[in-house]
Amino acid sequence: MGKVQLSQEGVVFALAVAMFAVFAVSLNNFLTAGNLIALVRSVSILGILGLGMGLVVIGRGIDLAMVATMVVSLSWVLSLAQSGTPFDTALAYGFLLTIAIGLASGILIAYADIPAIFTTLAMGLVIYGSGRAFLFEIDVQNSPTGVEWFDFLGRGLLFGLPMPIAAFAVLAALIALLLLRTRFGRFVYAAGDNPLAARITGLPLRPLIVVQYVVSSLIAFLAGIVMAAAVSGMSTRVYNSTMIYDVLLVVVLGGISLSGGRGGVRNVLVGTLLVGVLLNGMTILDITYTTQNLIKSLILLLAIMVDSFINPRDEQTSQQSQGDI
Amino acid sequence: MKIRTILAAGLMALGLVGTTHADDGLDNPSRNPFYDGLKGKRVVFIPLAMGFDLTEGWAAIMRKQAADLGYTLEIRDPNWSTDAGTRALTALIAEKPDLIIAHNPDVQSYARLLKRAMDAGIKVVQLNLESVVPTDAYVGADWSRVGYIEADALVKQCGAGSGKSGKIAIIRGQPTAASDLYELYAYKQTFAKDPSIKIVSEQAAQYDPAKARAIMETVLQQHPDLCGVVGNWDNQDVGAGAAIQAAGKADDVYVVTSGGGNQIGCDNITKGLLDLIISYDVPLQGNAINQQIVQSLLSPAKAGESKTSYYTPLTLLTKDNIGPRTCWQLDQLK
Repeated sequence: MGKVQLSQEGVVFALAVAMFAVFAVSLNNFLTAGNLIALVRSVSILGILGLGMGLVVIGRGIDLAMVATMVVSLSWVLSLAQSGTPFDTALAYGFLLTIAIGLASGILIAYADIPAIFTTLAMGLVIYGSGRAFLFEIDVQNSPTGVEWFDFLGRGLLFGLPMPIAAFAVLAALIALLLLRTRFGRFVYAAGDNPLAARITGLPLRPLIVVQYVVSSLIAFLAGIVMAAAVSGMSTRVYNSTMIYDVLLVVVLGGISLSGGRGGVRNVLVGTLLVGVLLNGMTILDITYTTQNLIKSLILLLAIMVDSFINPRDEQTSQQSQGDI
Repeated sequence: MKIRTILAAGLMALGLVGTTHADDGLDNPSRNPFYDGLKGKRVVFIPLAMGFDLTEGWAAIMRKQAADLGYTLEIRDPNWSTDAGTRALTALIAEKPDLIIAHNPDVQSYARLLKRAMDAGIKVVQLNLESVVPTDAYVGADWSRVGYIEADALVKQCGAGSGKSGKIAIIRGQPTAASDLYELYAYKQTFAKDPSIKIVSEQAAQYDPAKARAIMETVLQQHPDLCGVVGNWDNQDVGAGAAIQAAGKADDVYVVTSGGGNQIGCDNITKGLLDLIISYDVPLQGNAINQQIVQSLLSPAKAGESKTSYYTPLTLLTKDNIGPRTCWQLDQLK
């Protein structure tokens, strides 16, 4: 293969492009503006969550509570709004709740040194359980009517793009800026690459970790707002779906290493694109549900195989035990 | 003379006795066995999950009667997990309650366990979603009939002579559930009879409105002249309706689905997201299941000895016939 270094991101991007080309040639109406917009739109929530997950994974963590945070905070907001609380006030409560969730996860991980994967897995259950027990009764909450900006967020267009896509794009740009142009972003990379070295250098490692989880929680809240606006409601059953794994899939497939310190927003975009092309093509082909699942998992397996073939594990990567699953 | 007096006195006494009797009323002799037969019995309900309109509605009605008649109603909530439901059933077979009410996530998963429960002497009633094993009773919608009514409505809108494209999308729910399988059979049978009907998409949304919306967006891109959509559940298909409305096609695409007749469904018709809901009317079903519970608990028949079905009545909800009191709200049932 000479000196050509293929990254996983490159492989996945090539795979996405290849599938895109095949679908474009073989499917009628695949390459229309309308379909491409529908394609991106259908994965924009996944992409938004992927951005938050990506940030945490770069910092050598993982946030498995994101879907629970999204579902519970928004369901609470909507149920408050239905029982007469002004929508803005309800949103403020939801905002505070998500910050509290992020703080709780972050403090447990940063100061109690509990591995992120267990903390957030348990947090997800705690959040969902307490939400169902104390915050709302019915598992599908409808959006309030007559809140103009909220309706616009669900059905409006920005420069001809549906709002969920616009929100995804704006957030992607913001996170990219945050990661590449701010001190916080550079610290996240440093801490993800080598936490001990980062700490010795004088980085406030623990507060940094806490902030990461607060940010990912807030991104989950934002994803929830966009989702509730887009489907005019929030179904807590989303928590029971495979969504959190799909988010992880987007991040890992895109090439953000689970051992931290590598990758960026571009990887999330590539991963999201691949999943989007795949889902859209399979829906157009009208492939049955079971076969779709099979194809999805085969593609994931293929990507992982190609990755380990191109980037074999060496001494350096295998030593990075913490953070790697 | 003497005899006459005695007779008269006797008659009067009898009469008097008779009158006293009538004034005190009668202790209904069949009443006590009814209450005694129910008192202290144990009924366990395994829903798909609590927290949504159907199960909350049924549970509210069942709880009320249980409290009234002095038997206990427990709910084991597997929260959409077939696995947890199976574990709950296995545990119940050992616990031996008097009656299990099962709401099957699909036609297979609980089937053997339900049979085992009956073999162990526990009576089993299946509620609204049945398994392949018939048990002591099934109370719920006749999904095939729901499917035929839905498909007929769509053929009327989109079939021969309607002047429309005849393109129809099917949105399935959980592809292994009774509702899904029986409805799908009815759709296919009906659509096959009209050559102008073309099924252009058949995708599963797994009860998730967001998924239904994503599917419908893609389908509309491929088939802008889509004529109708038939779905598995109103709570899910409202997502498809939202996609259709966002594309500005609410008047062109006819959306048919089924549901429990909750107020949210009626609201979605008013909003123009859904056009026709075949309602299986949760309050009616609640009363039917209550009646079945009493009958099963009192019947001397052994578990699995007699097998009956009661298909609950269906109501067709459209923009033209719904009023403020057509649909139900949970608070009314509590």
